[in-house]
Amino acid sequence: MSDPYTTVIGLEVHVQLATRSKLFCGCSTQFGAEPNTQTCPVCIGMPGTLPVLNRRAYELALKTAIALNCNIPETTKWDCKQYYYPDLPKGYQISQYDLPMSADGFLDISDPQGQFEPQRIGIIRAHLEEDAGKSIHDEVAGRADSEIDLNRTGTPLLEIVSQPDLRSPAASRVFLQELKLLLSYLEVSDCNMQEGSLRVDANINLHLEADGQRLATPIVEIKNMNSFRAVQRALEYEASRQYRAWQETGQQLGQAPKQTRGWDEAAGITRPQRSKEESSDYRYLPDPDLVPVATSREQVEQIRQSLGELPATLRTRLIEEDHLKPYDAGVLVNQGRALVDYYRAVVTKCKQAKIAANWVTQDILRELKERDLTIAQLPFSADRLAELIGALQQGLLPSTRAHEVFALMLGDNLTLTEAIGRLDIEQVDDSALIALCQELIDSNPKVVADVQGGKQQAIGALIGQARKKNPNVDPGRVRTICLELAGKC
Amino acid sequence: MSLTKLSAHELKQLLETGQVSSVEVTQALLDRIRSANDSLGAFLHVDAEGTLARAADIDRRRQAGDLLGPLAGLPVAVKDVLCDQDGPTTCASQMLESFRPPYDATVVARLKEADAILIGRTNMDEFAMGGSTENSAFQVTRNPWDRSRTPGGSSGGAAACVAADMAPLSVGTDTGGSIRQPAGLCGVVGMKPTYGRVSRYGLVAFASSLDQAGPLTRTTRDAALLLETIAGHDPRDATSLDLPVPSYSRSIEQPLHGLRLGIVREHFAAGLDEQVESAVRQAVEVYRSLGATIQEISLPHSKYAVATYYVIAPSEASSNLARYDGVHYGHRTDETKLQAELRSERQQYQAAGNQRGLGQLDNSLVRMYRRSRAEGFGPEVKRRIMLGTYVLSAGYYDAYYLKALKVRRLIRQDFDAAFEKVDLIAGPVTPTAAFKLGEMVDDPLAMYLVDLYTVSANLAGLPSISLPCGFSREGLPIGLQLQAAPLQEERLLRGAHMFEQATEWHTRRPD
Amino acid sequence: MTALSRDEVEKVALLARLQLTETELDTMTVQMGQILEYVDQLAEVDTTQVEPMAHAVELWNVLATDEVLPSLPRDRALLNAPRDNGRGYLVPAVLGD
Repeated sequence: MSDPYTTVIGLEVHVQLATRSKLFCGCSTQFGAEPNTQTCPVCIGMPGTLPVLNRRAYELALKTAIALNCNIPETTKWDCKQYYYPDLPKGYQISQYDLPMSADGFLDISDPQGQFEPQRIGIIRAHLEEDAGKSIHDEVAGRADSEIDLNRTGTPLLEIVSQPDLRSPAASRVFLQELKLLLSYLEVSDCNMQEGSLRVDANINLHLEADGQRLATPIVEIKNMNSFRAVQRALEYEASRQYRAWQETGQQLGQAPKQTRGWDEAAGITRPQRSKEESSDYRYLPDPDLVPVATSREQVEQIRQSLGELPATLRTRLIEEDHLKPYDAGVLVNQGRALVDYYRAVVTKCKQAKIAANWVTQDILRELKERDLTIAQLPFSADRLAELIGALQQGLLPSTRAHEVFALMLGDNLTLTEAIGRLDIEQVDDSALIALCQELIDSNPKVVADVQGGKQQAIGALIGQARKKNPNVDPGRVRTICLELAGKC
Repeated sequence: MSLTKLSAHELKQLLETGQVSSVEVTQALLDRIRSANDSLGAFLHVDAEGTLARAADIDRRRQAGDLLGPLAGLPVAVKDVLCDQDGPTTCASQMLESFRPPYDATVVARLKEADAILIGRTNMDEFAMGGSTENSAFQVTRNPWDRSRTPGGSSGGAAACVAADMAPLSVGTDTGGSIRQPAGLCGVVGMKPTYGRVSRYGLVAFASSLDQAGPLTRTTRDAALLLETIAGHDPRDATSLDLPVPSYSRSIEQPLHGLRLGIVREHFAAGLDEQVESAVRQAVEVYRSLGATIQEISLPHSKYAVATYYVIAPSEASSNLARYDGVHYGHRTDETKLQAELRSERQQYQAAGNQRGLGQLDNSLVRMYRRSRAEGFGPEVKRRIMLGTYVLSAGYYDAYYLKALKVRRLIRQDFDAAFEKVDLIAGPVTPTAAFKLGEMVDDPLAMYLVDLYTVSANLAGLPSISLPCGFSREGLPIGLQLQAAPLQEERLLRGAHMFEQATEWHTRRPD
Repeated sequence: MTALSRDEVEKVALLARLQLTETELDTMTVQMGQILEYVDQLAEVDTTQVEPMAHAVELWNVLATDEVLPSLPRDRALLNAPRDNGRGYLVPAVLGD
């Protein structure tokens, strides 16, 4: 056994849905506005104001829940989760308690690096709720205040809660990456942790054996992780901290209240945090200002059909139908639907899946990164790439010069023919090639001797010379012919 | 005859035929308010200048031949619980004493669109919690029929101002009887529509599933006119009904032929004053003489109505009033005193070596909330918040709140069954006539029990109206309550109008 | 069902963010006790198979279009603020912000 314990992790992800307006009012949800410029009587919670549910928020939430394989109940309702905090102006958050809009789903994860076995991670529930505002520390003339900005109050959030099925920090990171990929394919969120449109809290404890007994450490909630990498690091730290703590105190699950700890990125540790409500008595009651929402089975089916191919399915197809390596399939899918469509279009034309995959995942991707463009913006259509690949297959240009041709086609916006012409690439016919090879054989008796003596790789030296004499030779053909000729000597 | 004695319908005719100007009407009422409000305390706030300016503007537009709204030039008083962006909306609470909403309640907006003259803001029980208007943080309202008595509540000011000729029309709100009970005790007409018939946007919430705004007037026809102006779907209120509003003032003249009137066996039990019972029974006989058939019906769960109400309403109130925390609007405690208080407590604990006390000491924010709310709210509001918080807290939800929601459904089912057999239900509004000021301030439960006839309509979401049907030996008004099935406002108004036409109770005035 | 203790009332007061004086706590304990005793009678009602009624009307699916409507200008939003710095609402700081 590697670790003396099993790490048990559950994740709680808050996703800001990509609506134009807030969940219960018409204020904009645009990021980066001046404080308190995107509020109205409703989201400020002024007396007498009432919420009305944003249709698009519900649709995006529903789409996501279905893509996460959740059960969608026939009706759902909203509840008031009551607690006091300055960034929560009504004194309650409109959320969902006992009849959430979706439950009991799953997300499959697998690690291309093989750090863990493919696993199905359960989703306990996904529900729709409003976000709170922000508070920042404000120190003026020695008086310590918090300054409250309500711009974010009322923004629609989908809260996704996983089962505690994750068994390692690495798997947790992969889960988040896979979830984010799914959400971007569905176009339901920007998923930008820096802008706060995706937030993660983790629950972690350890299961271990002592004196033949199976026991568990107290569950700790970790907050304040600002990237997927931070999540992994925080969980790695926390797991070993909990183990040390258990060795010292022997404290088990149920013997201590659930702790909340905050991740300190700079120090690389978690610290105890004061929880917001001393007793988490949220005194839920059904929100009397909102009426229930009913969703028919037909609607659910219709949405399921319209989801389009999702990352997991796409990956499998690329591996099984196009015979790509899992790693390459992953790289393609991770870049998003548009790039996969591009790749597909190339393959449709040139029928060379693996070669197309190499070109797209290496050359095309590199160009996109360097030029900071999306695939839609790159002035190099799938047809042109397919043409280039086709030309390679036909031997119209050597593989060694293909990247030069590509660069010229892209950089100077030339056609394939123009680029080939500009680079003086000519097909080298067989007789010329044989003649050239014979010349090299004649002038390199030592190489021939080595080859005849069993060292086939010595022929490599001749390839370099051949290319110097004629850059248009195909190195593969040169090798074959030279070896043949050397054998005949 | 003095303009202040005329009904809104009569005033409307005079205004429309140019026999009288809106400025004249408004001035007459302002004069009346000036002379009577000091002793009656019906109005919290009157803006004489602004009101007259608006009246002058209506007169000018009428002269110019402009198209005017259905209430053009008619003064309307509004209970200080409906937000109006032209001034403070206080809910008779220190918590909102200087609150100025940047929006109009939909009801207020509709009154303005109808070209009504909003003549003033009326006194009420704080946050609409109470049955006597004694819970107002600012002033007492007295019953115009006997100034040593309450006008009822929580729309006490709205009822008193109409009864005392200070306004022909007023708008109140009713959560457990707060329009109908003061209407009954002040001898005016007061109506609560079907839940969802009138928008709640901008109605400062007490109990969201029970609150409704409605008219208080001297005649049923005026109630019809006011109701049809404020009723209707509002996209800003998800609980408002998307159904057309009938022309109540047109259909009201048609009497109900073959009316089946039900009287509730459980209403005529101990606790009902014999004078009230007598007046109500005589009223029922009037209906019989008008051709109605009378049936005794049973609403078996009515004895649980008050208990059900006093679980649900405080629960919703505790949630609705959580927003009053002194952070974004409303009263905030003096922060310097707050810090001094905490410092002093900290020192005391330290001196006594009380570690536990120190550990449990409120932080500044928590203490700010606690002091602000303690200072901003009166005792009844605190009581209901405490009750609601308790009832919803962990461990009690099922036994109290959930249970009450189930009994609520049974109460509603009782009515559904009853309305299969009868068209309208008649009965008392209150168990007694107006009670003395101060009589029930120390007995909250006794005060709650005054609501026993009115709360069921709120719980079931039904429309209900109170109209004058007699007087006690002391000269105090007695009200008759009529209840109808959901969305049967027309039937309710026609039934009430029939009675009004056949009697003269509504013509009497306090002296 | 209920014998409400003063301790419980104190806890409820904290949950409700109300500061009550000693006298008020005493009175509140008595009055709440009386009211709860009165509402206890609901326990005698047979509610098996009865669905709770949270709303007075049976409405479903009331949803609004996702469109941006004008927000309040900041100065109007902050107009009623008890204490602000022109940019945001100010409250005493809570450690850990």
